[in-house]
This record gives sequence, structure tokens and C-alpha cells, in this order.
Amino acid sequence: MTEPLPQLWVYLGTSPLAALTLTLAAYLAGDALFRHTGRPALLNPVLVAILLIGSVLWLGGGTFEGYFEGAQFVHFLLGPATVALAIPLYRELERVRRSLPALVASLVIGSLTAIVAAVTLAWLTGATTETLASLAPKSVTTPVAMGISEALGGIPALTAALVILSGIVGAALGPAALRLARIRDPRAQGLAYGVAAHGLGTARALQTSQIAGAFAGIAIGLNALATAILLPLLWRWLAPLL
Amino acid sequence: MLHAFTLLLLCQLVGEVVVRALGVPVPGPVLGMVLLFVGLCIKGSVPPALDEVGGTLLRHLSLLFVPAGVGVISYLALIEAELLPLALAVVPGTLIALVVTGWAMSWLTRRQPEDEQR
Repeated sequence: MTEPLPQLWVYLGTSPLAALTLTLAAYLAGDALFRHTGRPALLNPVLVAILLIGSVLWLGGGTFEGYFEGAQFVHFLLGPATVALAIPLYRELERVRRSLPALVASLVIGSLTAIVAAVTLAWLTGATTETLASLAPKSVTTPVAMGISEALGGIPALTAALVILSGIVGAALGPAALRLARIRDPRAQGLAYGVAAHGLGTARALQTSQIAGAFAGIAIGLNALATAILLPLLWRWLAPLL
Repeated sequence: MLHAFTLLLLCQLVGEVVVRALGVPVPGPVLGMVLLFVGLCIKGSVPPALDEVGGTLLRHLSLLFVPAGVGVISYLALIEAELLPLALAVVPGTLIALVVTGWAMSWLTRRQPEDEQR
């Protein structure tokens, strides 16, 4: 109580407490807003939380590095959460096994579509080769996407940002896109979310059903593997044309 | 509960070590997921404690992306430099991939329609 304000500010800036509280509070606020406004796509809770935290950092003169020092504890849980995707996968094993040939074929088709659609649209609008290499693996989970981007001559940091943005787009606009395209089978929905929008899409799929969550979880892993193998081969053939 | 969380971390740790040792192009946690999956198949059931911890993490999966999402703000200048191509790749590009994957899977599994829901 008697602590002078500047000292209090220093304490809050160096302890993970403020960043962790801010992350959880911003997400809860985003989630409450999303629910109370009838779940509009643009008020995606992750997007709202990011904008809220960004505003607080900007107003308070905080840096991302300072924020991440605390928020990394939340970020860290992505690892064990990914491991936990084995649980819905195990529960839906019978369904997955029955549709395995269709799953693998759809996965390769989806993986190639994600690359070709992104590269073509950006190439038509004048992106540099470096940017094209950075966005080609954008639907893959972050660590693998950054590795591929680097190998192709892209900017890994730009790739990481594009991966997150693609995930937000998939989670926010995916439900409407699936509805318009009349894709109702939960296996197809899950696979689509996992291929196009990695973990953020999977989070959305898990909210739909356990079946969709299981197929999205497999899609993250297989899409990382397929893109890591296919994209460098495809790039050798594409790069001279760009 | 503590055992279950330790198990998740252990699977991830083994996954990270194997990925680095063999240079496999998948992230450590994804290999950890495969390890846990194999373990569950051998055991033949999901222990209630693991279900509780795993379920809690997965229910709040999108929250876990928030810190990385805040990081995107640092790269806005990089994105602004080529805004149109990047916006096209990220918005319609992602939705095209989503719909094509969904169509392919729906069409290829049309003979097993018993899973139709919603």
C-alpha cells in the first residue's frame, strides 16, 4: 500500500503475474463478448483477446518481449495440449481406421491446395519470391512451417505470423465456409479445420464434436509431414517460374 | 492429476528428443501425441485423471494461441509491406484449402454416411 507508484510499475513489469492475468482476462472478456453477441465471426475470442492485449501494451508502454516473458507459461501449454489430442483420436479410432484411405487422399489434396491457393493468389498480386516462400507453408503448425520457410529462402518470423493469422481466419470464418459449401460430415469438417488452420482450427473443431476434433488432430500431424515432404519438391519445380 | 500431467510432459519430452535425434519433419509434441496414442491403444482405455487434464487443456486450446497471436503485432510492418498478396493468401487462400479438403473427404467417404451429424 505504501509502495510508491514507479516501484509498483517495475514490479508488475518484471513479474509474470501481470502478463498471465492480462492474457486470461482478455481471453475471458473475448469469449464473453463472443457468446453474448450471438457468435459473430469477426468477434473471434482469440482475435479480440489479441487486440485487447495489444491495446493494453500500447497504452501502458509495454513491449511484446516483456509481455511474453510472463505469457510464455500459457504458450508452453500448447505442447502438452497437442499431446492430449491423442485422447479424442483414441476414442474415435474405429471411425478413423474405417476412413483411413479417404483421409490420407483428402489430406494430400488439401495440403497441396493450401500451398497452391496461397502461392497463386499472392503471386498474381505481385508478391516477392521471398514472401511467396514465407507464405507457402502457412497452413502447417508453427515450428514446422518456420523450418520449411527457412529452407525455401523465406522469412521464418513472417511465416509464424501468417500461420497464426491463417488459424484465426480458419477458426472465425470456417464455420460459415463449411455451411456454404454444405460440408456436414464431422470427419470432413475436422480434417478441413486441421489441414487449413492447424491448432486454432482444431480448437474450433473440438467445440463442434469429438469426432471433428479427432480428425483435426490427425490432420495437424499428417499435414506437417506431407507439407514438409511435398513442398520442397514442389518448390524446385515452382521457383524457376516465380 | 499430477501423474497425468507428468505423462503428457513425458510424451512431449520423448517426442522432442526423438525429433531432434532423427531429424523427423514433425514437431516434438506431434510425435508425443503419437506416443500417447500408442500407449492408450496398449492400455485399452483412457485413465480418468488423464481424461480430466487432457480435456481441460483441449477445452481451452484456443486460449493457448493468444500469446503467439500477440506476437503477430510485432510483425505488422512486415505484413503491411505486401498487404494485398498476404491478405489474399491468408483469407481466401485458407478458406479454399478448408473447403477443398472438406469436399474431398465428404466425397471419398460418401459410402460410409452413418457418421452424418448436425
